[in-house]
Amino acid sequence: MAAQPGQPTAEPAPENPLTAGLERLPVAPTTLVIFGATGDLARRKLLPALYNLAHEGALPERFHLVGVSRKEKARERYRAECEEAIRTYSRRTPDEDVLKKLLQHVRYVPGVFDDDSVYSELGKVLDGFEERAGEPLNRAFYLSTAPEFFPVIVEQLGRSKLQHHENAEVRVIIEKPFGTTLEEARELNRDVLAIFDETQVFRIDHYLGKETVQNMLAFRFANGMFEPLWNRNYIDSVQITASEDLGVGTRAGYYDHAGALRDLIQNHMLQLLCHVAMEPPGSFTAEEVRNEKVKVLNAIPEPTPADIAEMSVRAQYAAGHVGGEDVRGYLQEDGVPNTSTTETFAAIRLKVDNWRWAGVPFYIRTGKRLARKVTEIAVTLKPVPHLAFSQDGSLGVQPNQLVLTLQPNEGVSLRLGAKIPGTRMIIRPVNMEFLYGTAFLSQSPEAYERLITDAMRGDATLFTRNDEVEAQWRICDPIVAAWAKQPGPLAQYEAGSQGPAEADSLLLEGQRWRAI
Amino acid sequence: MPRSDAVWSAQGTTPDQIEAALRALLAERHAESASFIPARVLNMIAFVDDEYSGEIANRLRGVGRYAASRLLVLSYEPGRERLDARATIASDADPTPGQVALLRETVIVRLGDRHLDDLLTIADPLVVTDLPTLLWSPHGHPDAVDALLSLAQATLLDSIEEPDRSQAGQRAAIDRAYELSQQVYVVDLAWLRSTPWRERVATVFDPIPMRRELHSLDAVTVRHHPDSRVAALLLVGWLASRLGWSLARSEVIAEGSDGRLCGSAQAESGEVRLTLKPAPDLQVPGLAGVELTSAAGLRVRLDREPGGLRAHRRDPGGRDRTWTLLGASRGEGGILGEGIRQALLRDPTYGAALAATQEMLPRVTQT
Repeated sequence: MAAQPGQPTAEPAPENPLTAGLERLPVAPTTLVIFGATGDLARRKLLPALYNLAHEGALPERFHLVGVSRKEKARERYRAECEEAIRTYSRRTPDEDVLKKLLQHVRYVPGVFDDDSVYSELGKVLDGFEERAGEPLNRAFYLSTAPEFFPVIVEQLGRSKLQHHENAEVRVIIEKPFGTTLEEARELNRDVLAIFDETQVFRIDHYLGKETVQNMLAFRFANGMFEPLWNRNYIDSVQITASEDLGVGTRAGYYDHAGALRDLIQNHMLQLLCHVAMEPPGSFTAEEVRNEKVKVLNAIPEPTPADIAEMSVRAQYAAGHVGGEDVRGYLQEDGVPNTSTTETFAAIRLKVDNWRWAGVPFYIRTGKRLARKVTEIAVTLKPVPHLAFSQDGSLGVQPNQLVLTLQPNEGVSLRLGAKIPGTRMIIRPVNMEFLYGTAFLSQSPEAYERLITDAMRGDATLFTRNDEVEAQWRICDPIVAAWAKQPGPLAQYEAGSQGPAEADSLLLEGQRWRAI
Repeated sequence: MPRSDAVWSAQGTTPDQIEAALRALLAERHAESASFIPARVLNMIAFVDDEYSGEIANRLRGVGRYAASRLLVLSYEPGRERLDARATIASDADPTPGQVALLRETVIVRLGDRHLDDLLTIADPLVVTDLPTLLWSPHGHPDAVDALLSLAQATLLDSIEEPDRSQAGQRAAIDRAYELSQQVYVVDLAWLRSTPWRERVATVFDPIPMRRELHSLDAVTVRHHPDSRVAALLLVGWLASRLGWSLARSEVIAEGSDGRLCGSAQAESGEVRLTLKPAPDLQVPGLAGVELTSAAGLRVRLDREPGGLRAHRRDPGGRDRTWTLLGASRGEGGILGEGIRQALLRDPTYGAALAATQEMLPRVTQT
């Protein structure tokens, strides 16, 4: 007689022959627990993402959601808040039947995160689901709280013995920021890995869930024409830019403690650098991809105090004009102390000391209240060794530049030299452009839809590993520390401008920033 | 700038003139705004009966963002002598500085019997070179499909639209799909209607102990809309092809008086009884439910319900469990849109399922 469903067996797991050819692969029955369930991230991103997965039939066959938060409220009240968040922020209009049925699977556990009773109550709720299901369900704990609660929650999960579950997988998903210094990151890793195994830990960097970032891997490793050029012999420099035209808005409380370097460069932008510089992985598995990224990070020398003045620039936006409107400077923003030395612009120049990239500068810059919103990677090739054409009467021959734009118009642009029509051989730069939006029928899913699904399936490819996050901090921590020691005021740049003139000091001879 | 469509039309025209008009319209749109960029995803050629062209236009409007970037409608009117055409370049959005406003092109060519021998030379200049092309002939016209097939990388069909509902008619529809699949990639809407069912069956049997049960299944029952028997056959064909069931006998399935088909397949573990039952109460084309049982006494049943599928499982020990697999109905507009999207993908399991389905139905006797 065949084994009973749910009965453990020592035989090797047979393949499921029915999954071949399916776009949506099965996800094991799961209960997702969101800590910080009434917060902004849960309302704006996580709940709409869960609804959209439900709409598409992409949630596990059995799915339960438990919200945990400090606020005391009834289950029905929490369900109503979930419904409102989904109706407000979902990328598609909800189907009433799907929404109603999804909400039927929602529970709420109130309480402070260091209170033992919260976890005993949570345990009862989880056990109750399984009793009704008649089988163990996987558990995913999503830490969407302020970062100071991460170690508290992890410790409590361990104390309550919720970190393991017989015949089921338990995973913990941790939002950013993963520490605010290298030491904090190490400490948090120690705390988390004292309770969970690394294979259970999913550190979110939501940039990695964006289609645009995943497309970079496809661009590099599915197109043979670029690989021969992708090294120090042909590439002159790499610029990675993430600029915003907005100010800090309502995020002053968070932002004034973080600053541009910690907010974007330490995580998202170093990830982009890894995608540009990594070697092709042998296969697209979590370990192989992350191994290659860690190799890149480890090849970047840790900045010494002497380096920092030459390889980093910070500044704050001053009053100016954006979109035809007068805007305030950073120090005049609501919630920002007028003595703040938090940078709203940061630029750094990094080296990747390995065979492929030795001598190629990688420039990274990010800032608020710049001329426009754009995230892009510009790879500038070396100039041609000899020019047979006169440059008189033209813009001149410029090095080829490959620009990968992540937002707002995702695409690839290649700058070429072309002859101006006429009787003379005069060359000027032209662009050959490809826009992803013109070439696909599908709407890109939100990053959180992909990331939540991957975490529930146990695929960590798009999540940051412990050594990866520490390697990122190893690069940024000395800069953060050096800046903290330097008194203000910071250099200023006019809101709506290209950023501070001081940023030019990072550029090596013959190089210049791309216009934002 | 207000959103507007750029339109050109002419009577007694030629493909060259239409193609030149498209280029001029595109230049006109670029001159209006640099934000206008033509989408370059997919050509779609629809060969339709002129009297039903409005209905087809409505169906294509329902696919939303899955619309082909260039749609060429060859609208056939028996007795028509003159080639008339209308070209439209429309934008999904108003142009905004710094943003892209995608342009989609629609060309409607009205033609008659005298043009049927030259269909290829009419259509060829009007598709965008190097883009994949999807061919759809919703009103039959196999000769037109054959004439245009060399232009296409994929063809869209709906096996349930076979007007002859007899087993012979259904076998003919399956044979036609198989014949086409030997030449181009076939996107069958009947197959796509079964996708959520295939996904859910795969999911329910994904836990490791359940995977073992797959190899001791002894009965499969599929309930379907009375007009959607082919979708049910394809689901059974998929199970047979994925699980290695033998359907070598050509008349495995026999029709009962109540419209149900009964038959059997041979699995490694023994015989699998197959039943396809019409569900007259189902309001939309497609499947109403599926039930699978195993020799050990496992029974899994999935039934369509609002908001997803209702799952019921009885374990060999007799314990019953029910739950809901969430998912929104895609509707017929959604199915057609999915069909267009699938023209850019490749499902490696359809061909094997189709071949298995052929084996289940009696061969059509040539007279």
